[in-house]
Amino acid sequence: MDIKVPTMAEMAANGQKPDVLFWVGCSGSFDQRAQRITRAFVKILDHLKIKYAVLGTEESCTGDPAKRAGNEFVYQMLAMQNIEVMNNYGVQEIVTTCPHCFNILKNEYPALGGKYRVRHHAQFLQELIDQGKIKLTDANSFKGKRITYHDSCYLGRANEIYEAPRKVLELLDAELVEMKSCKTKGLCCGAGGAQMFKEEEHGKLRINEARTLEALDVQPDIVAAACPFCNTMLTDGVKGKDMQVSVKVFDIAELIAQGQGLDGF
Amino acid sequence: MVLTIVQSLCFVLFVGGCSYIAFRGFRNVYLNIMLGRAADYTDHPGERWKTMLMVALGQKKMFKRPIAAMLHLVIYVSFVITQVELIEIFIDGIFGTHRFLFHAWENIPFLRGLYVFAINLIEVLSVLTFIVTIAFLYRRDLLKLPRFNKPEMKGWPDMDAHIILFLEMFLITNIFIMNSFDMAAAHGEYGFWISGMIAHSWEGMNESLLEIFEKIGWWGHLAGVLGFLMYLAHSKHLHILLAFPNTYFSRLTPKGYINNMPEVTREVKLMLDPNAQVEPAASDAPAKFGAKDIFDLTWKNLLDAYTCTECGRCTAQCPANMTGKLLSPRKIMMDTRDRMEEVREKMDANKGVWVDDGKNLIENGYISVEELRACTTCNACVEECPVNISPLDIIMQLRRSLIMEDSNSPNEWNGMFANLENNGAPWQFSPQDRLNWEKA
Repeated sequence: MDIKVPTMAEMAANGQKPDVLFWVGCSGSFDQRAQRITRAFVKILDHLKIKYAVLGTEESCTGDPAKRAGNEFVYQMLAMQNIEVMNNYGVQEIVTTCPHCFNILKNEYPALGGKYRVRHHAQFLQELIDQGKIKLTDANSFKGKRITYHDSCYLGRANEIYEAPRKVLELLDAELVEMKSCKTKGLCCGAGGAQMFKEEEHGKLRINEARTLEALDVQPDIVAAACPFCNTMLTDGVKGKDMQVSVKVFDIAELIAQGQGLDGF
Repeated sequence: MVLTIVQSLCFVLFVGGCSYIAFRGFRNVYLNIMLGRAADYTDHPGERWKTMLMVALGQKKMFKRPIAAMLHLVIYVSFVITQVELIEIFIDGIFGTHRFLFHAWENIPFLRGLYVFAINLIEVLSVLTFIVTIAFLYRRDLLKLPRFNKPEMKGWPDMDAHIILFLEMFLITNIFIMNSFDMAAAHGEYGFWISGMIAHSWEGMNESLLEIFEKIGWWGHLAGVLGFLMYLAHSKHLHILLAFPNTYFSRLTPKGYINNMPEVTREVKLMLDPNAQVEPAASDAPAKFGAKDIFDLTWKNLLDAYTCTECGRCTAQCPANMTGKLLSPRKIMMDTRDRMEEVREKMDANKGVWVDDGKNLIENGYISVEELRACTTCNACVEECPVNISPLDIIMQLRRSLIMEDSNSPNEWNGMFANLENNGAPWQFSPQDRLNWEKA
């Protein structure tokens, strides 16, 4: 990538403070597919000259998978370390591309002393669009494409954010189609509650298969997600149905970056 | 005169006896709920009243399924309005009068008109309710709606559902027996339309026979109402009462929020800094992490369990259940209630004192580890529940106990926990590589 990503440490050393901390999350940091989402979002931030920084090596898991598995100890240990790091930098604004990080930072960190204004990148991008800051140079590339949006549980039901990601997609001027289960009735991808990190329990079908079937039912060109874990589950699901050539799974940030004519992510 | 006094006495004894039995049932429900841990659900009273008005009284969440909602609304409105007739039954029962309100308002046309209108309304709603009840039976037994026919519904729960529907039909039948024979005996004086039509069939019957049948309907309806009252505490039908407190005590936090355990915060703070200022533990008893049994759940979880009417909307939307896993959120609620009933039975046999029976809510024929493991915490069940129950809250507390008390965790999760502790990520990556995504 042709961008040097600023870290909080470097900024602090230069006596600077970013307007917003970009919380990358474990998936966005380590998972090869999710890294592309991270880079796409950074490209957008850089392109719009937003003063941001990441924690880099000082970031740890928020503790979400531990907490949802039932391990409150591991969660609170990680949470307190993260809070200490962020409070030392005087962090006030956070944006993250992961709904799980978003939920726990926004809802569960405050009681442990971590009080920040937290936004998910769907909200963040929507605000930029509303302010007229995001202009698509390459909107035609989505003309006539069918896009279906998959609601992440931790964005949707957990925090009632249904419209922001849809508003972001509207900018693409593509045809938006809804799956059978959407918004409050959105069907889980199967990754939440730490399921991502274990084998599924015995059943007839995998949850990501069930969700992929619903997505394929509306014959989309693109399945849009706003969560790196949903992205993994749906990508696997589409591959499992041997449809990966005609159906692509993208994050909303990747689609916006493409529309802006940005590349190299 | 003597006969009237005997009748009044019978009435008072009958109503008193049934009410006492009903009261004992309700008291047990209350005592069982109070077995739970303390938890505060009293903040933002304004929002709570609003939630109760919208969700319980206004049935807001029912209308996500409009057809079921309309059918349910008919029974609900009918149930509430029929209680008007009960006022007169009580007056007549105690004082040995007959249609007291109708005769008392002989010279006040407005009130008498209102009375006749009220009874007519009750009759119309009763006919509609009768039809809806049959529709409900059809849906359950012939259409075999999947959510009514899951494994956890076999046996008593299915029987319970049928008892409720048949009791409703029994109540309505008796209203029409009572009103139609009364209309025939009074030569249509009351002006009730529907029972007036039925009354034509009784023409030519002698007066005393008409009166006897009217009394059968009268007592039958009363018995039905009191039967329901006694039955409620033992039935899923209890939702007609508990939906109100349960929605008042709703969780007002975002659905994604899961509380931070204060007992863990204390320990972690001390672990990170032995000199940390921490709040002292609430009691001297060693802290128990998560819930194993009903005593470890909050009173709100237990109120949730008693409020559940086993409609199965949660289970129908559960991604785990949909894909054939063992988990059913409804069963979580049913098992919790069943365990409370077992505990109460054992306490009653032991003069009200609880002696550990070596069982708890996990396994022991209640909630299995496999069920708990299948949850994705997606909140679909919580979103669906028409009376704001959270099966997820119970699942999370039981999960905590499995992991933190029993170290009962799948191997993959143990690996994940170790990675989190050692490298701050669920996978085995070095924290030093966290910015490597930049380099691609």
